[in-house]
Amino acid sequence: MRTIIKYVLLDLLRNRTVIVYTLLLAVLTVSVSGIGDNTAKGLLSLLNVTLLFVPIISILFSTIYFFNSAEFTELLLAQPIKRGTLLLAEYTGIATALGIAYLAGVGLPVCLLYDGLAAITLIISGVLLTLIFSALALLIFVLFKDKTRGIGAAIITALFFMLLFDGLLLSFIYSFSDYPIEQPLLGLISLNPVDLARILVLLQLDVAVMMGYSGALFKQFLGSVTGSVYTVVCMLCWTVIPLLIAARVFKKKDL
Amino acid sequence: MIEIKQLTKSFKKFKALDDISLRFQSGQTISLLGPNGSGKTTLIKSILGLVIPEAGTICINGEQIKSHWAYRSKIGYMPQIGRYPENMTIGQVIQMLKAIRKDCRHYDEELIAGFDIPASSHKMMRSLSGGTRQKVSACLAFLFSPGILILDEPTAGLDPVASELLKNKIARERANGKLILITSHVLSDLEDITSHIVYLQEGKLVCYKTVEELKRSTGQEKLNKVIAAIMQKNYRKECLSYENDH
Repeated sequence: MRTIIKYVLLDLLRNRTVIVYTLLLAVLTVSVSGIGDNTAKGLLSLLNVTLLFVPIISILFSTIYFFNSAEFTELLLAQPIKRGTLLLAEYTGIATALGIAYLAGVGLPVCLLYDGLAAITLIISGVLLTLIFSALALLIFVLFKDKTRGIGAAIITALFFMLLFDGLLLSFIYSFSDYPIEQPLLGLISLNPVDLARILVLLQLDVAVMMGYSGALFKQFLGSVTGSVYTVVCMLCWTVIPLLIAARVFKKKDL
Repeated sequence: MIEIKQLTKSFKKFKALDDISLRFQSGQTISLLGPNGSGKTTLIKSILGLVIPEAGTICINGEQIKSHWAYRSKIGYMPQIGRYPENMTIGQVIQMLKAIRKDCRHYDEELIAGFDIPASSHKMMRSLSGGTRQKVSACLAFLFSPGILILDEPTAGLDPVASELLKNKIARERANGKLILITSHVLSDLEDITSHIVYLQEGKLVCYKTVEELKRSTGQEKLNKVIAAIMQKNYRKECLSYENDH
């Protein structure tokens, strides 16, 4: 397992896309931070950068990488290795590489420019989003045989969580506005990792009420500490559950 | 060494393997032949556990493979298309495989030397030609001197020198008492190395015989003529009537 992770990392850290992604994040972080002198405002802009880039790039890049290395995976599976071990090793390699890219691109400048809990929370939420969306990419790789369809599914998944979900949530709030829907709404938000990441950071920034209904709700119902713990646990579930399903499906897959 | 019983596999409606039963012994070199889509690769992948059959069993050295994985240490596999991580060098790929196979300490590096791999071991996999990648695949298949070798189109894309080198290696391994399974469409390459022929068509086993038997029954001397005779539709009947006559 460790051997495979090591070599996947070796391959990925020299990958041009990963390097460009790191540089892009670094440039955005430094330029966004330079605009204002308000810490909360700077972190909010960085949060938006994270929510915009991390999910789509993580899921797309991981999906393409998994499909491109399908033949090599096959060759490795002709060696005495368990299928589940190989799959998880490949996932760990790619998630680590993208995590390092995020830490180098956003984490490092943020640590130098800001301090406080909010900055650390931003970095944690970015890393968690990376883990979640590469786990979803793994699931897509296992479920689809064809690369083109897999990439299509990856784009749809990312757009669903980034755009469509909030739209559905709004229409849900709108149509049931006569009822007390706060509690079910809380549950619904847990179904979207991007929203969870947003809330996690907003709870630390004291601007939760400004950023719409969902943020205010979490603040009101859960309070800062409980809310944060709940969101982190939800996000970890969003990583582990797709991985477990992927490993289970992969065991019976024809290559 | 390998015993296949009533193996069946279908992909949706398409039957890739239909009730195949075969038994291979060590010291044999078996050519898997058949038109495109006749189920050769599916058969190979079933033996490797990459494709999971819906019915039938495969035993290797008397043990059923099912979902076990340790048996694969006895098999060397050379895939039809070798694609490797783009940013790894040849040397790193070989190192990686060696690190994965910690159980094996004695390496058979004859092919690595023969193909002069060390001279280009610093080259990135993405910059390699198809033939060079094929050479790397061949080296990896023989590296851990396994008892069973499965080679899927081994000579496709190799230059004549490399192809000759590989054929000699295959002949030597056969003499060492190893079981070798080969699929190829280049019949002239199989001419001097193969001992048995398995012919598949639309997932069904048409024949499994030694080359000598086939040459006698078809009355042909050259392997490609023999195969051409098999491919003619009525072969099955002729073959049966021939057996009845003797």
